[in-house]
Amino acid sequence: MRVILLGPQRRPTVDAVIRSLGLDGAGPVATITAGWQEREADDGELSGLLGGRGTNLGLYRRWLDSQDRDPGYAAAERRVQGELAELQDIYLLRLDHALRAVYALQPRSGDQPRFGDQPRFSDQLHAEAIAAAVAAVRELDAAHLRRVNDVRGEFFAELRPHDRPVIAGHRAEVADILGEAAALVIAGGHVGVLADVLHLFNVAAALSPRAPGAAVPVIAWSAGAMALTDRIVLFGDRSPQGPGHAEIYGSGLSVLRDLVLLPHARARMLLDDTPRMAVFAHRFGPGRCVPLEGGTRIEVDRDGGCPPGTRVLAGDGHVTALEAA
Amino acid sequence: MTTARGPTVSGPGVRGPAVRHKLAINRLRDRRPLDAAMADRFLARHEVPIVEGDRCTFLYHGEADEVFLLHRIFGLPDHLPLRRLHGTDLWYVVLELPAGSRVEYQLEVARGGERERVNDPLNPRLAHSPMGSSSVCCARGYSVPDWTQPDPEARAGSLVDMVVPSRALRRDCPVTLYLPARFRRTARYPLLIVHDGGDYLRYAAAKTVLDNLIHRLDMAETVAAFVYPGDRLAEYANSAAHARYLTAELLPRLEAELPLAGTPSGRALMGSSFGAVAALATAYRHPDVYGSLLLQSGSFVFTDIGHDHGGGPPFEPVVRFVNRYRSAPRPVADRVFVSCGVYEPLIVRNRSMVPVFEAAGMTVRYVEARDGHSWVSWRDRLREGLSWIFPGPQKYVYE
Repeated sequence: MRVILLGPQRRPTVDAVIRSLGLDGAGPVATITAGWQEREADDGELSGLLGGRGTNLGLYRRWLDSQDRDPGYAAAERRVQGELAELQDIYLLRLDHALRAVYALQPRSGDQPRFGDQPRFSDQLHAEAIAAAVAAVRELDAAHLRRVNDVRGEFFAELRPHDRPVIAGHRAEVADILGEAAALVIAGGHVGVLADVLHLFNVAAALSPRAPGAAVPVIAWSAGAMALTDRIVLFGDRSPQGPGHAEIYGSGLSVLRDLVLLPHARARMLLDDTPRMAVFAHRFGPGRCVPLEGGTRIEVDRDGGCPPGTRVLAGDGHVTALEAA
Repeated sequence: MTTARGPTVSGPGVRGPAVRHKLAINRLRDRRPLDAAMADRFLARHEVPIVEGDRCTFLYHGEADEVFLLHRIFGLPDHLPLRRLHGTDLWYVVLELPAGSRVEYQLEVARGGERERVNDPLNPRLAHSPMGSSSVCCARGYSVPDWTQPDPEARAGSLVDMVVPSRALRRDCPVTLYLPARFRRTARYPLLIVHDGGDYLRYAAAKTVLDNLIHRLDMAETVAAFVYPGDRLAEYANSAAHARYLTAELLPRLEAELPLAGTPSGRALMGSSFGAVAALATAYRHPDVYGSLLLQSGSFVFTDIGHDHGGGPPFEPVVRFVNRYRSAPRPVADRVFVSCGVYEPLIVRNRSMVPVFEAAGMTVRYVEARDGHSWVSWRDRLREGLSWIFPGPQKYVYE
């Protein structure tokens, strides 16, 4: 499957990307704007960029409809969201302490080694302690991701969405549209909502190698790009409360693996705080942490690899360009 | 936490550390001959108070025997005399106010044996409260937060009035509900109960603040219940009846009629001054019900020794309650946001409560501001408090 990741579309480039794919006359372009929630249908500008060929899958509308017409699903959804929120709170509490340990060990003055630097011999013990603290954070992240995925898995196993008429009906309609589409465009917005509706309406199945629409290219940006990965990492250093801890939210469609996508990284993260960014890179390594800034276009290969020149967050906390293998 | 250097009174001719040039009032003072017309031109050229670096020059123009600056800055004499500029009827005093300060004040003018307390006639900037209005001096670095002003981009929530008959309080209790924009019955909302609700709405722009913070994704979509006191000093001073009204009457009704989260983490109590005491006391009496408290300039008056607390009879039940709590702190919520102005006498009390709350095992966020015991100060802290208690979805949204 061909996946093209874009930066935020305040200055749109999606039109140029579509043109570059040579899809003229190949059918409609399916769009997902569910991340915009109540504004899902306000997609006139996007439709214009797609030359009027856009067909919005309306996943947010379908999600609301499913809640309205299937009270059993609505109640189960509320329960699982409550459980996930509680899990997230507990995880964040543990994460706070675990990351504080890392930062406490991490020297801030310039004459001492920083995490990501090659430690001097005399600093070996200190470096090992930091590495162990980061490893503890990685274990916590991994355990949380497993737990969240287990809860979601159990939810779908019990819910049996394919047996519920309302959801099954929407799934069939979505699969039909995707089967006819020449491409799939996924816009940004609320990544949690996006991930939820992509799972609920089984968009992954339509993109699997066995599906009729498997060959369609997927173009995604911001939250839409994050929702394609196997590990959605929430981040934001500029909230009213100051820098927060990046946190694992869960898995998206897992079409892309070992990529942590960071839309608007420059605006949302303290990229100049390289010791902090070094912790970030090591925490999520060996997956690549890829900033998606305005104007970014990355065509990911079949194995999830990024082409040379892709800007990534390196282990020393700096954003650097990938070199050719 | 911000720790602030307090304000000081400057003598004439003294240059402040942040001002390299001579103050405008001192330049005028040095002019010879100095006459009324010169003073008039001076006033026409300057906004009053005149803010120059950390120095703020307060002025009064008119015939008087004495003029005083009245304020409530903790640590300074509350009557600061203004000096008359020779040859004119212009009076002045210079106050050093650290950057970011905001001070409410009035002038007292003595004339012919009469004393009159007035807002500054030369300053159009006013603050309002249930006690009336005051003039406002905004020092260098203070600006009105944009999220406190109406934003045409922000979808407006709605206010709905209701009445809850209360057996506990033996009266019909009015409540104003705030329902966020795009309110949906299928969603689940956290609930914020706001003491002195009418005053928060009127003097702290609470509806505008909620609309804006929700629109900007700083806080979660929240239902707020603005409650109104009857006999405020009785109901808010650790009253069992008030706590019972909120917890056993209001809360069950709201959770039955509205799509609310219905868990401690989705419930918060908020209040300022005596309202903060009421919030704390309610949570103290029902420790498993409310997950968060937002306490602004709480009237947490206590005594470490003896009985002289200086608050007068209305504070007696407060002092008994706070003393009891301080002697045996226990968790009454998971998270407590505490804010206070460094220019109000309650700053010492509030600072003293922070380690007590922490010792009880609660997560505490404490914020100070260079402001006083005022509704505008409480308004200006709402973003930090509300976004901490009920964080918005900002971290989920990547456009």
